[in-house]
Amino acid sequence: MRRNTWLAALQGAVVPLVLLAIWQAASSSGLVNAKILPSPVAVAVRWWAYLAPAEPYDPANGGYIAWLFSGELIMDAMGSLYRVVMGFLVGAILALPMGLAMGASRAAFRWLNPLVEVLRPIPPIAYIPLSILWFGLGNPPAIFLISLGAFFPVLVNTIAGVRQVDGIYLRAARNLGAGPLTIFRRVMLPAATPYILSGVRIGIGTAFIVVIVSEMIAVNNGLGFRILEAREYFWSDKIIAGMLTIGLLGLAIDSGVTRINNHLLRWHRGLEH
Amino acid sequence: MSDILINHVYKRFAVPGNEVVALKDINLDIASGEFVCLLGPSGCGKSTLLNAIAGFSHPTEGSITVGGRPVVEPGPDRGMVFQEYALFPWMTVFKNVRFGLEVKGVANDVADARVRELLDMLGLSEFGERFPKDLSGGMRQRVAIARVLALDSPVLLMDEPFGALDALTRRSLQDELLKIWARLGKTIVFVTHSIEEAIYLADRIVVLTYRPGTVKRDIRVEMPRPRDAASPEFNTLKRELSRLVSEEQQRHEAAERAGLTTD
Ligand SMILES: Nc1ncnc2c1ncn2[C@@H]1O[C@H](COP(=O)(O)OP(=O)(O)OP(=O)(O)O)[C@@H](O)[C@H]1O
Ligand SMILES: [Mg+2]
Repeated sequence: MRRNTWLAALQGAVVPLVLLAIWQAASSSGLVNAKILPSPVAVAVRWWAYLAPAEPYDPANGGYIAWLFSGELIMDAMGSLYRVVMGFLVGAILALPMGLAMGASRAAFRWLNPLVEVLRPIPPIAYIPLSILWFGLGNPPAIFLISLGAFFPVLVNTIAGVRQVDGIYLRAARNLGAGPLTIFRRVMLPAATPYILSGVRIGIGTAFIVVIVSEMIAVNNGLGFRILEAREYFWSDKIIAGMLTIGLLGLAIDSGVTRINNHLLRWHRGLEH
Repeated sequence: MSDILINHVYKRFAVPGNEVVALKDINLDIASGEFVCLLGPSGCGKSTLLNAIAGFSHPTEGSITVGGRPVVEPGPDRGMVFQEYALFPWMTVFKNVRFGLEVKGVANDVADARVRELLDMLGLSEFGERFPKDLSGGMRQRVAIARVLALDSPVLLMDEPFGALDALTRRSLQDELLKIWARLGKTIVFVTHSIEEAIYLADRIVVLTYRPGTVKRDIRVEMPRPRDAASPEFNTLKRELSRLVSEEQQRHEAAERAGLTTD
């Protein structure tokens, strides 16, 4: 098993390494302008400078760990992560009860679904002007936009999840003496979790897209802000370094979420772990 | 008291442009502690009758009482075992069996002890922490049986519980069920397609007719248990039942050819 995963990792590295080599060769030979496409080495150097603490270590300004994490990149990543988490939580915490109600009650569905269907196709980006009018600049409009992006995937999946609960579980629970509240809590909710969690995963993905966009517009830190700022100075190496950081952060978030999902769904059929 | 009285029960289903009479004037008087099998071809109303006793769907006419009380809704006094097991896949075996006790509000340590006792009784002690997806069909049905036994209901309703199992597993679960029944004295209503299964298990076999579902024959089985499928009495009864069931099967097929049904 171990051997195979190593082999797979090695295999997966081949194509990126070849591309990197071609890219480096093109840059070193002067084939492409370094202003437009800097060499991988230049990007790596810039990435390191972006990551490393700006000031030399000084115990007067707090502990060693704090110093180690005082680099611009870390601060930007923390800023973006904070907004993703807050925005996602706001969106999901509103979407979950609403989705449960709409899935479980036909009346709630009839009342709310037309509104949902009209609002859902509006991309969160289209709310930017309104969000700035309402909330000004800074974190509030960003968190508003991100929560919108997370809201609909969680909502729609929660509705679907509750609706697809197999009637046989409800019958079994009633037969075992469970009342409506127990059935909701112990049967409908867990039976719907596979759907809800896939909504959560999509919602976090959307939140991550929206955070970058909203940082380009409403705030002056974060990874989205930083790559736009770098463009103004023609620092193409820093743009690419920022993009790579965004990719790595997204990957880290997604694999974290997948791990949590796999744990929560360890009872579920057809899951490998 | 856990006798079941079924009085002039009718069940009609409205289907587009028509009406299906699934049950017509069913009268049965099932004594406390009796093991009754409902036998008949597909579509004759076995599940409909069982669901009516369970309280999942109400008869169009007539009444059903269990232990002297009219059936109005499902309840833990009538434990149901489904063909599809219907175990909660998100709960471990232990939690599944414990569910009914929790709903009842049984104290934690009492419930735990009771669950352990039931798992032991059904040979599941080793499997308490497993999830249903990691069990074979036979094991799952054992869990489902343990789960209703936890309710301590005087009546067990079983809808083709062993229909999906292979022959060997099926026989061992049949023996297990007979042991439990002898030990705990439950009233059991057991639906099956299988003539052999009915003869092997029942005190009494009720053969239903196909559309409308009525009682075609009500036969008492007097053979001592364990019953030997090779014995002459067993085979005489089997021939008799085969004849009755195949008459109804032919009516089913004729209806199918006439395009009246697809089940
Ligand atoms: N909800 C329903 N609507 C309309 N017709 C129904 C409904 N439920 C059952 N029926 C009809 O009632 C008849 C009896 O159905 P039932 O499910 O009780 O049969 P069964 O004896 O359990 O068959 P099987 O052995 O296939 O389980 C069938 O003809 C079926 O088509
Ligand atoms: Mg049936």
